[in-house]
Amino acid sequence: MAIHSGRGFSAINYPIGMNLGGDPSQALVHSNPDGKFMVTLSSIDLGQGMKSVTRQIAAETLGIPVEDVYVDTADSDTGPHCMGSFASRGTHRVGNAVIAAATEARGVMLDAAAEELEVNPEDLETDGRGNIHVKGAPSRSITSAEACGAAQFKQGKTVSGRGIFLIPTSDVNPETGEMTPVSCFAHAALVVDIEVDDETGEVLVKDMQSAYEVGRALNPKLVEQQLIGGAWMGMSHALYETTEPHYPAREHGPVDFNEYLMPGPGDVVPHHISVLERPAPDAPYGGKGPGEMCANPVLPAMANAVYNAVGVRVDELPITPEKILRGIKANGGARPQRRPG
Amino acid sequence: MIEFRKELFADERDDNLNEIGQPTQRQDILGHVTGRSPFFDDHQFDGLTHLKCVRSPHHRARIRHVDTAAAERMPGVHRVLTERDVPVNRNTLLALINFGKDDEPVLASGQVNYVGDPVVAIIADTERQARDACAAVRIDYEVLPHVLDPEEALLPDAPVVNDTYPNNSFDYHEKYDHQKLRFGDVDSAFSTADKIVEARYQMSPIEHAPTETNGCIAVAETNDRIACYTSTQALFFSLGTVAKVLDISSARLHFVGGTVGGGFGGKVDTVVEPLAVLGCLLTGRPVRFVYDRQEEMQVSSPRGAERWYIKDGVMNDGRIVAREFRGYFDGGAYTRLSSYAVIKGTAHLPGPYTIPNVSANVYGVYTNRTPASAMRGFGITGVDFAIECQMDRVAEAVGMDPVELRLLNAYRDGDMKAHRREAKNCALIECMQVAAEKSGWAIGDQYKRMSSLSGGGGERAIIPNTVTDENGKIGSSRERAAGTSQTGLQTPAYSPVPTTAPAPAYTPQPVQSPPPAYAATPVHSATPAYTPEPTQPPKPAYTPQTSPRFNAPPSPTASIDHETQQSGSDAAQTTRAPARPGASSAPGGQSSGESATRPAAPPSPAAASPSSNPATSTRPRNNNRFSSLFGTRRR
Repeated sequence: MAIHSGRGFSAINYPIGMNLGGDPSQALVHSNPDGKFMVTLSSIDLGQGMKSVTRQIAAETLGIPVEDVYVDTADSDTGPHCMGSFASRGTHRVGNAVIAAATEARGVMLDAAAEELEVNPEDLETDGRGNIHVKGAPSRSITSAEACGAAQFKQGKTVSGRGIFLIPTSDVNPETGEMTPVSCFAHAALVVDIEVDDETGEVLVKDMQSAYEVGRALNPKLVEQQLIGGAWMGMSHALYETTEPHYPAREHGPVDFNEYLMPGPGDVVPHHISVLERPAPDAPYGGKGPGEMCANPVLPAMANAVYNAVGVRVDELPITPEKILRGIKANGGARPQRRPG
Repeated sequence: MIEFRKELFADERDDNLNEIGQPTQRQDILGHVTGRSPFFDDHQFDGLTHLKCVRSPHHRARIRHVDTAAAERMPGVHRVLTERDVPVNRNTLLALINFGKDDEPVLASGQVNYVGDPVVAIIADTERQARDACAAVRIDYEVLPHVLDPEEALLPDAPVVNDTYPNNSFDYHEKYDHQKLRFGDVDSAFSTADKIVEARYQMSPIEHAPTETNGCIAVAETNDRIACYTSTQALFFSLGTVAKVLDISSARLHFVGGTVGGGFGGKVDTVVEPLAVLGCLLTGRPVRFVYDRQEEMQVSSPRGAERWYIKDGVMNDGRIVAREFRGYFDGGAYTRLSSYAVIKGTAHLPGPYTIPNVSANVYGVYTNRTPASAMRGFGITGVDFAIECQMDRVAEAVGMDPVELRLLNAYRDGDMKAHRREAKNCALIECMQVAAEKSGWAIGDQYKRMSSLSGGGGERAIIPNTVTDENGKIGSSRERAAGTSQTGLQTPAYSPVPTTAPAPAYTPQPVQSPPPAYAATPVHSATPAYTPEPTQPPKPAYTPQTSPRFNAPPSPTASIDHETQQSGSDAAQTTRAPARPGASSAPGGQSSGESATRPAAPPSPAAASPSSNPATSTRPRNNNRFSSLFGTRRR
């Protein structure tokens, strides 16, 4: 009886947004008289950071500091329609809607500033710190707060914008499956190192090393939390989780966190992540939305690592000690494979 | 730890932005870490009542009789709800966007189809009183045969799980019992391949396990409106569903959410809001319906138990020349969102690789398991598990390093995908190179030099002559399944030996089926065998309205650059084209692909929406009343 080390690899891509399109999202943006902007959505923040990423997108587009933007989500009386937070569509669809709305609002703000400065709005630019100034002449400037105040109290303009993003619904050819499923894809590759105990069948995950391509990391901390959490979920999915451990029998199904197996804090393994950024042409500032795809490479990499360690292919999830031991027994013993690479 | 490889694709990015790319602290983080962020269950109301359900203990059973008399007399009970209280007691979420038929009752109507199917809902002053009253409900069941395996469900004599889909499979494009993908000619390519690699892959249902379970509170507002504080992931899907099943104007509904304690796909189904709002309408009291952890784990939708069969034809140099899939999405008893995942999963095939011949038949199957639905990676996670395990099998079969095999077959900019759109913005090769390099996984120099930006297109952009067929017309699935029932039902969960077989061992099997001999038979009569007694005065406390209040959505204003629309010939072809020689490393060149135009979209059949369930058809109903809210295209 021995401990066998194993190494597994996998690579994936992931479609961003609701399959076949037809899933619009809208955003409304408006300014208070003192240049503080509100983004109104009916999108959902599930903890993934919907409010924060749309806030940064709005601030970038408006050309004002992020502190001057606040995002409100999910009141059907005030927020315009959004299809929902699923299918990795939040950043892509809602982000684009926010860009559209913020662009319109920015246009009014610059018009107001131009009128105050007596210049052409085309000659103005924002510095991202709350100032609007003439290109090449930073001294001829006005604050965004002054511009928004003038718009509302002197010029009678609403500093506001509407935005919608829609990819029209694609048809599907019934015979060939020809279709336009989505417009952009994220990518990932992952190496996992494990140890398998051929006496108990237990898998000990030692290390993960991954590369995720996310278009653009709109907020690197939010990307990191998604990738760390997603890899944890992938590991849990691969090795532990099932609602029907005795399928087809439904008895003894887990009903709480004592019975439903998931990795605990002590099972979180070192994970070295590399983030690649190849901006998608139709994504907001190129960002693709890393939320769903990050769990996916872990599952097959784990199964491939188990085979590498003991020569057993477990093709039915989860990869339990019982399945590994039965495979070892059927093989007449562990059959460690050559370490790859 | 995390690092950003800014040197890659640097010329495609402007990194001099003000707010984008900054590690800005989350807007809501202080509220979250101090416990002050308001989630749906943080709203408190005087006179709050609690709703709990009596659920089926059987996989499949006819309901002979429901006796709620004792429950109604229990302390604290305000109202007992049965199917007769639900105005439009049949629904499916995606029917709001005209995809699929309404197939799931809010409360069971005559029959239960999975363990946990709700039959009776009880509203009481406390959760404990609601549970005690649920325990006092007496339901007389006639237990019926059930089916739990998706391939068994497609056999001719399998019990009918869901009478809306009497073949136990979702209907695609009003034509087939599965989603097809056809690109090239896999059978010809298999016959010329050096090796054939086949395997079967099986997912297990898993639970989303969010910190906050599915739940909502419905409370009367002024002006005859109802507010619903909810954990939904899709506010307007939930609002539209409630308006539909309660047959009230959406203008009377005010949904509030947006700050949710984890979803992962498990809060799209809209399972709690209809009963809570109905209870509020009927009692006038605030009604709270929250899944307890047991319901969240054993009743709410899990990830579906997908099953995939993959057959690859590979050359000795590692080029995969043909890949064939057969997939089963085990949707459980009702459609929920599984129908969507079948198409999404099919579009994902054959994975991020350029393979010249691809074929797939993917089924959305009904079984008497817990209805499955969306979960993180929906339609993709199981496919990726199968494909990426398969890639290692293929590498072993031809004696190649698994990373090099993947790099050799990886898709690049300009390649044609099996769903007939050109690949662009690819980065798979670079991800693999980075992961291999930093983990010390040695690959050959030629693999280190590969790039997603070069070597694609040209011959790899050609849409090959494609063999199509019309097998699997709706209703024929059971006949076909009967003919090919050697589908590995007994395959063990592990394969102790590599399943590589020499190429000639494969014999293509005809899958042509005779006309269906199967006739749909309803599993229960239109009139329920029992007559629930009205538990309250029959006059509803509200008046259903029928006029939609929403105008058509505005025209799209965004200009979209979605995938390059490049299309090959779609007409059914029976001409066998020679398998295109694998060209994984072919240099870029002029595309000589066929450039037939895309067929015109068929007239929208949206007007021909499925008729409502006989059990509810006595109520006037406009099947398309929500189309203005959610668009009208059928897919």
